[in-house]
Amino acid sequence: MFDDFFIRALIAGIGVALVTGPLGCFVIWRRLSYFGDTLAHSALLGVTLAFTMEFNIALSVFIISSLIALILIQLQKKTNLPGDALLGLLAHSSLAVGLVVIGFLTFIRFDIMGLLFGDILAVSVDDLLIIWIGGALILLTLKFIWKPLFASTVNYELAEAEGLNPDRAKAIFTILMAAIIAISIKMVGLLLITGMLIIPAAMARNISTSPQKMVIYSIIGGLLSVIIGLFTSLEFNTSSGPSIITAALLLFILSLFKIKQSIKLKN
Amino acid sequence: MRSNQNILVKLNDAGLQINDKWLVKGVSLQVEKGKIVTLIGPNGSGKSTTAKIALGIYKKIEGEVEKYTNKVGYVPQKISIDWTLPLRVNDFMVLTENLNNETIDEALSLTGVVHLKDKNLGDLSGGEFQRVLLARAISKKPDLLVLDEPVQGVDFTGEIALYELIKKISDELNCGILLISHDLHTVMSATDHVVCLNGHVCCSGSPLDVAKNNEYKALFGEQASQILSRYEHKHDHIHTDEGEIKKN
Repeated sequence: MFDDFFIRALIAGIGVALVTGPLGCFVIWRRLSYFGDTLAHSALLGVTLAFTMEFNIALSVFIISSLIALILIQLQKKTNLPGDALLGLLAHSSLAVGLVVIGFLTFIRFDIMGLLFGDILAVSVDDLLIIWIGGALILLTLKFIWKPLFASTVNYELAEAEGLNPDRAKAIFTILMAAIIAISIKMVGLLLITGMLIIPAAMARNISTSPQKMVIYSIIGGLLSVIIGLFTSLEFNTSSGPSIITAALLLFILSLFKIKQSIKLKN
Repeated sequence: MRSNQNILVKLNDAGLQINDKWLVKGVSLQVEKGKIVTLIGPNGSGKSTTAKIALGIYKKIEGEVEKYTNKVGYVPQKISIDWTLPLRVNDFMVLTENLNNETIDEALSLTGVVHLKDKNLGDLSGGEFQRVLLARAISKKPDLLVLDEPVQGVDFTGEIALYELIKKISDELNCGILLISHDLHTVMSATDHVVCLNGHVCCSGSPLDVAKNNEYKALFGEQASQILSRYEHKHDHIHTDEGEIKKN
């Protein structure tokens, strides 16, 4: 019943969801949605670079995204522009530059739709390795920095005062963001990666009472979205990214019923 | 090198300047094991800033901070917690250190809020939250406690009980406490050393020395000076340099 590519896509999607679950919670808690978007937009530049230099896509995207994150930090220090303006500036200019470069690369046939919205047909065995090994590394690192990162998310001064080194945790987390974008770009597409990070975590927030529960529900939500989304994608021949995100949205809408009950109880 | 093994944190002529404005300047003080140092002073005199300098929260400071411990408990004056986080009291207790259930319960019982353990942090009243903050700071049995107005918003009887608790903790854990308070009455009875700030150190010494100081009188008025003097009393013991207690 399943073609081989579909099994590959499923395994890849499950790997991605396991990582986006916990990272997505931090994206929500630390208000980093637009930061994620900016990194994801810059990924197009990374992809074009990979094609021109015949380089691994995930690695190239990771490098470019990290670079953009560094530039952002520098701009925040050197200019008086507000953070959201800088994010917009970097997001759109890196996307534009990426598209212009693609225009020059006439000798390569690009599947722009696949890049922007994900393509389950494109997932190779190599990609599976990158997703699962890269994903495991991301989760291990996150576990390692969890305490300082979470404490400084709750209150920076408490974390700093009590010797947890929150600045280092923040820097490492930025690298993890670039890494998750690099490994999930083929599945979800660069325009929708942030959706994969935010929507399952937002759904989880509606139904959780503790941070640990929110992480677990966020992972479950991501897994369900991937499975439902990929089957839809196979059935109706839709792009994998939008199908997964739509499934996540449906789960979010369902979670709204739960939150209404708890608000009623409170009053 | 620290001259005295009991010193936990020492400020040498420390100050902080932000946008060409000195928040506080030329502060020298030290907190030792088992001692309570209290910072007093009017609003905007740099009390919280001094506490944060001692904690190492500010990076670009003038002068020096020597900090000899990393086991620190901090109760900030203001704390803004983002309610996008689902956070129960229990989760908050283990924020910076892993603690077992008994330790958490013990600390929460000491400040009288153990019944709130599974409540959402956002649902607490101001006074309840303050008690949780204090419980969290003491639960990790720190060497150094920095308490920035730890009893704000706590009811009157609770306030006295919490100050007694703070004194007890200082004795039992033999930890040093840097305390900021407006309440001259309650604080003075327990404090070993007072530093009166007004953008700089206006005067410092034992509570009585400070009360007699003319600059202090000018800053707080004659009445405040009387409050302090009322706590004049005989000590039946002295603290040796090694931090031990000697009966007279």
